[in-house]
Amino acid sequence: MLYREAGQFKASYREDQQIFPIRQDRIAIALILAFFYLVVPYFATQYWLQGILIPTLIFALAAIGLNILTGYAGQLSLGSAAFMAVGAFAAYNFVLRVPGMPILAAFILAGLCAAAVGMVFGLPSLRIKGFYLAVATLAAQFFIVWALTKFPWFSNNSSSGVITAQKVEIFGYAFESPEAKYLLTLAVVTVLALLAKNMVRSSIGRSWMAIRDMDVAAEVIGIRPMHTKLMAFAVSSFYCGVAGALYAYTYLGTVEPEGFNLDLSFKILFMVIIGGVGSIMGSFLGAAFIVLLPIFLNVAMHALGGLVPQGISSNLELIVFGGLIIFFLIVEPHGLARLWQIGKEKLRLWPFPH
Amino acid sequence: MKMKKSALIGFAIAAALGASAVQAADQYIGLPSYRVGPYAAGGTGIFGGMIDYFQLVNERDGGVNGVKLTWDECETEYNNARGVECYERMKKGGPTGNTVFHPLSTGITYSVIDKATADKIPVISLGYGRTDASDGRVFPYVFPLLTNYWSQNTAKIKFIGSKEGGMDKLKGKKIVNIYHDSAYGKETIPVLDAQAKMYGFTVKHVPVAHPGNEQQSQWLQVRQEKPDWVILRGWGVMNPTALKAAAKIGFPREKIVGVWWSGAEEDTIPAGAAAKGYISAGFNVAGTNYPVIKDIQKFVVAKGKTNMEDKSRIGSVYYNRGVVHGIITVEAIRKAQEKYGKGKSITGEQMRWGIENLKIDNAMLKKLGAEGFMPELKMSCLDHEGSGKVKFQQWDGKQWKVITDWIDADQKLVRGMIEESAAKYAKEKGITPRDCSKES
Repeated sequence: MLYREAGQFKASYREDQQIFPIRQDRIAIALILAFFYLVVPYFATQYWLQGILIPTLIFALAAIGLNILTGYAGQLSLGSAAFMAVGAFAAYNFVLRVPGMPILAAFILAGLCAAAVGMVFGLPSLRIKGFYLAVATLAAQFFIVWALTKFPWFSNNSSSGVITAQKVEIFGYAFESPEAKYLLTLAVVTVLALLAKNMVRSSIGRSWMAIRDMDVAAEVIGIRPMHTKLMAFAVSSFYCGVAGALYAYTYLGTVEPEGFNLDLSFKILFMVIIGGVGSIMGSFLGAAFIVLLPIFLNVAMHALGGLVPQGISSNLELIVFGGLIIFFLIVEPHGLARLWQIGKEKLRLWPFPH
Repeated sequence: MKMKKSALIGFAIAAALGASAVQAADQYIGLPSYRVGPYAAGGTGIFGGMIDYFQLVNERDGGVNGVKLTWDECETEYNNARGVECYERMKKGGPTGNTVFHPLSTGITYSVIDKATADKIPVISLGYGRTDASDGRVFPYVFPLLTNYWSQNTAKIKFIGSKEGGMDKLKGKKIVNIYHDSAYGKETIPVLDAQAKMYGFTVKHVPVAHPGNEQQSQWLQVRQEKPDWVILRGWGVMNPTALKAAAKIGFPREKIVGVWWSGAEEDTIPAGAAAKGYISAGFNVAGTNYPVIKDIQKFVVAKGKTNMEDKSRIGSVYYNRGVVHGIITVEAIRKAQEKYGKGKSITGEQMRWGIENLKIDNAMLKKLGAEGFMPELKMSCLDHEGSGKVKFQQWDGKQWKVITDWIDADQKLVRGMIEESAAKYAKEKGITPRDCSKES
């Protein structure tokens, strides 16, 4: 009853082309954004902002990046964490070495650096596919982390290869409080997520999906595979790079190359798989699932108190976490985004299902 | 009317409860432990020892001047992001917030330095973490206590020198540094190079990729080089693998000197007979033959209150290191109470003062039942390391035997490098170093 688009006619091209064609969606998005921009900063505690919301947003951005590559263009990648590392170290070096560099410009340049590196490691995708490509991107994962540790220039000759993010200042305003950092992260993520949502339905997004579904057929109808695949790698790495810069500047403050290891790449891949392959919204759901569930389990185990010794409860958390992932994949192999889709269809019929 | 009466009684009860809560003040310590994953052996041992010591203070002495210690654990899986989440979750715990944070991971230490400084919660990284944080002027809230990697490394060279019969005998000797290829492993390269120049020995750095369970080619290199000594800067599974590989090429284990993260029972027992004779540094010793461990057995273990699932690990290197963590934490709380009020819960800021002014000499160690168990310690605003002394121990096939007294680090060399590195950090971050002459 509430969620029904009957009667919403599009009278102009502008209306036909908007990102969210259904009015209810637009209202819902506006409400969600208003909630996260206006309500959350006033009511969330420091713990919620710094411990939960900022990392969820940053990982959601990285998951969007991987989702563009894996979900939309069909190229499996295991190098997302390495591209995040490129972003973090590039942003650090731009701010360090270019005097007066505005921080947002540094984030964008960091994303572009990551995009360039991503394109180089995307070259094998022109010849190899599937799992073999995953192995090729695995090389990116190891090579980039190795290079960042090996060459002291990247970390400004820090003896341990660790970088510390400089102050974040935009137009003289220092983003130091958790609320400010949260809002900055949220703003970057909102802009990039809307951009991604828009991109995947544009001609470039459609050519990605064509390549994903059948590359020979796509080539026949005039889509250039090299151009399209490399574009997917570039855009994907750009998102990961910006996520990495945020990870260093608004979340951890100090990062080491080892922090961006294969584990993190797998984590981002799991976010995409659990959230929903080929869905922007799924990236957010997946990131929330992977970030929040272990914390929730940890808190829940603590609530049980002294019933279980700490050593056992820590292992139990992992077991339950793994079990839940398997459970979700069995009941909904298309991810959490698909659940939302089903919910939407049900809502259309409500309250008169046939 | 009736309602009013019951409300009044309720208030009375609440007031009484509040009053009793004030009387029985407690001191909250949030522990970011890790009990799963590749480093669980270290996590369970060290956090187990620390918790057992807190338990001992509560059971035997009724807390610190009557203030009971309370604690909470949060699983980090040795993961930086989880560590930050734990830090944020626990920072508001207890009546005065988290007193002190023991990350027990170099990565997590780096991740919380900024946050902890802003929140005024001291971070103790005992024997790991950011070396240049030893300069307390730039890092007021970070304490790489007892000894940092650079100090420890100079002590190692001193030990090697003493084995060769004097530091002048080091000239022309050859040392191979086998290191874990990570931030942790690389940290000592500059100091080794500086010392090589100073004493005229040659040093060759050989990296081992994480996790280090394949070292064939590295030890082949060692065989070609024929070094006089090998320094092993390993971590986890890399250590027993190195010892086995050394046995295979016939390199004498008596000539391998490990860092303290390579010197626990968990590093030697898996290597079996190949570990016999291997030497490592350590700022605490193994064994149960110390009054403090005996007390833990009497007051904690016998009452079934120990945190250790495997009781045979009590007295192991990791467990005893946890006890050292406990002793330092408790003594710093005691010191802070002296200034800010005995029998009161102290805040993180007051705790910072307590750690900075902490002095543990041998007389005090004797009182604590830990004489010879850990080195003396004297902190100051300038020096957040406080000791720099290490002992060397040798594996006799069954247990670690201490073979030296406390050996001092070459503070002159290390301090200069620390101040240079800290000054660079201060400049990058726009920090104005504190003036230590104005600190009380």
